[in-house]
Amino acid sequence: MAAESNGRRSASRLQALVVYVEDRPGVLTRVASLFRRRSFNIASLTVGHTDQPGVSRMTIVMEGDDADALRCEANLYRLVNVLRVENVTHLPSVQRDLALVKVRCPASARSDLLQVCDVFRARVIDVSPEAMIVEITGTEDKIEGLLDVLRPFGIIEMVRTGSVAMTRGAEAPSVDPHFVHATVSGVDSGQPDQQETGGQGGTDVL
Amino acid sequence: MDRKGAEILWDTLVHAGVEVVFGYPGGAILPAYDALLDFPIRHVLCRHEQGAAHMADGYARASGRVGVAIATSGPGATNLVTGIATAMLDSSPVVFITGQVPGWMLGRDAFQEVDMTGITMPITKHNYLVTSADEIGPVLEEAIYVATSGRPGPVLVDITKDALQKMARFVPGSRPVRLPGYRPDLRALPEEFDQAIALIDGAKRPVVLAGQGVLQSRATGELRAFLEKAQVPAALTLLGLGCVPASHPLNLGMMGMHGEAWVNKAIQEADLIVALGMRFDDRVTGHLQAYARAARKIHVEIDPSEVNKNVVVDVGIVGDVRETLNRFQGQVAPGHRDAWLARIAELKGDSAVRDIQTLPDNGRLLAAHVINDLWNATGGNALVVTDVGQHQMWVAQYYHQETPYRFVTSGGLGTMGFGIPAAIGAKMARPEEEVWVVVGDGGFQMTSAELTTCVQEGLKINVALINNGYLGMVRQWQEFFYNKRYAATPLRNPDFVKLAEAHGLASWRVDKRADVRAAVERARLEEGSVVIDFRVEQEDSVYPMVPSGAGLDEMIRRPSPIVETSQSDW
Ligand SMILES: Cc1ncc(C[n+]2csc(CCOP(=O)(O)OP(=O)(O)O)c2C)c(N)n1
Ligand SMILES: [Mg+2]
Repeated sequence: MAAESNGRRSASRLQALVVYVEDRPGVLTRVASLFRRRSFNIASLTVGHTDQPGVSRMTIVMEGDDADALRCEANLYRLVNVLRVENVTHLPSVQRDLALVKVRCPASARSDLLQVCDVFRARVIDVSPEAMIVEITGTEDKIEGLLDVLRPFGIIEMVRTGSVAMTRGAEAPSVDPHFVHATVSGVDSGQPDQQETGGQGGTDVL
Repeated sequence: MDRKGAEILWDTLVHAGVEVVFGYPGGAILPAYDALLDFPIRHVLCRHEQGAAHMADGYARASGRVGVAIATSGPGATNLVTGIATAMLDSSPVVFITGQVPGWMLGRDAFQEVDMTGITMPITKHNYLVTSADEIGPVLEEAIYVATSGRPGPVLVDITKDALQKMARFVPGSRPVRLPGYRPDLRALPEEFDQAIALIDGAKRPVVLAGQGVLQSRATGELRAFLEKAQVPAALTLLGLGCVPASHPLNLGMMGMHGEAWVNKAIQEADLIVALGMRFDDRVTGHLQAYARAARKIHVEIDPSEVNKNVVVDVGIVGDVRETLNRFQGQVAPGHRDAWLARIAELKGDSAVRDIQTLPDNGRLLAAHVINDLWNATGGNALVVTDVGQHQMWVAQYYHQETPYRFVTSGGLGTMGFGIPAAIGAKMARPEEEVWVVVGDGGFQMTSAELTTCVQEGLKINVALINNGYLGMVRQWQEFFYNKRYAATPLRNPDFVKLAEAHGLASWRVDKRADVRAAVERARLEEGSVVIDFRVEQEDSVYPMVPSGAGLDEMIRRPSPIVETSQSDW
């Protein structure tokens, strides 16, 4: 809000952040609470394990412009359990959403429905006398497209996972918190850094 | 050797250099209190956990070391909340330890169970729920490290009762803290320094805005060297007071809502702002759209989330203020800014004439006079702690801080009731200092029970009670913006002298300016703590004032001359 009044904002859009966090109790609450507290709007949030033990990976899609995303990144780094944040919005990347859709489907409609699924490369994963469950993976647009054509059949129930995102190419995610063009001195931020506790817990004033 | 979690708790604190904790016992924390007797730690028994929180905070601010407060679960813990938020908003390094119901009872609404990690998530830098004895030591070491490093802040450690009772093995200081995601030591890139230096060298009308970060990074010497070399004047935030001597020719004074007119005007006319360890709080910027429009902006901050938060800047330098100033000082060209300094002198205009201090004594006691005379009588050398309200602003304006680290006040949260307990903490941290608390009649009544804590602990603090019979600052807003409709601001007060005496303090009343100095001198001679009840002008207001939401230069000036302070002609 405050930055708004400085009048240097680009139009609002969706921003995709990939956030690596320590896999500890309460971390999801900390992240969600941060978004609420700072009035950032979450469009979707997914969490899951990574190939590294103890590290979870979130994909957060938020509403906002680049400046909002930058503020959000900087705030995420204030959370002690956040390891790395990467805004992939402007990077070559793939985003995928998965949906399961239970559609009304009497025997008479079955072949029509199968045809539609075929066109969208959706899979039928369950069939019962009156209904089918269709699974589709893709961009949000593609899923919206399928839902539009399924609707006339009668959608009984639907669930979507929200977006997950990953950058293309062989490079590992960048490790420097580039949001402030700052480097981390003294520690290799790719590795867990070892810090000695100050015996005194701070320095004396005088 | 296996020991109880409670013993590990104290041993870890002792090893970390903690000498005093402030607290209040209860069921869930009782195992810790039982073990306390066997460790060389002084425990100060407060009269309300809020008091313990502010004491630990005052201790931390006055010493620069971690403050520690401890309370039981449930109501004990929730009583800390205001103090935790106060420490958070002013980035004060305090570790809060709370008892919690035994682990097997968690989540069942057990007696005195409250979700403290949930409650304090937005008002702590970090927090922990500890459910096993072997986590206690490592978590406390981590908590102290997090609280005191980077941008300091409060950390809460909530420990279940059974974790305190069970046995574990821990040798304090034996393992390094491992926090892979925590980066308290970010540094800006060389090209960002170059950009900043170029802006400073090229500026004709630069102003430095110095905040608490300068004090916390121990950069007062570096700041002064930089200001003098570059010939840049500095305006200070409330919490930054003392980081440049008040009498220094390049010190403009306090900026913001109750800053002097010329300070705010200088900021509005500046072509470059160099903000150091401050966060562009709305109390210092006024209306953002009208803020320092002519100025390019450099922001030096250890916390990246502060950069571009309220004010969009041209160069953001993330890092330690002291290191940054060292680089600035080495690289900037010696400045010649006589025209700009002359312009600022001109901006002072008739301010001196309007100043309350230059008015003749008309027989009535003004709060500003009390503060001025207190400053005189103590040689400006006391460690002054304030509460929140008009008196706080008068202290900021008239108790000129020549030296750093002698001013403690609740800025960000503006917590009434902070003064007396924070002063107790400050006195514990710096026993050799003469400590004065300046507190209003409203705020005094919020935590005055802690006066007994002073007596019990044998501490000497001096309380200057600025008794105006009103919640003065709110009354002032009502006077200015609500047509003098004084809803719920007049106070029917107790007899403060008797009240203080009942607590075991020496106390007396002062209602004439002529008696102020003698009263201060008497207080200094008294062996124990004292309360002086200064009966001041009731409907006095703090000037100048930038109404909230107005531009920084649209201030309400001091009436000139003051004839009737209650009928200001602004
Ligand atoms: C805990 C708390 N409650 C309410 C307020 C709002 N408030 C700010 S200043 C003030 C009046 C303070 O009155 P007093 O302590 O008498 O000081 P004075 O302004 O008269 O010097 C109030 C109520 C506050 N800052 N803190
Ligand atoms: Mg009052």
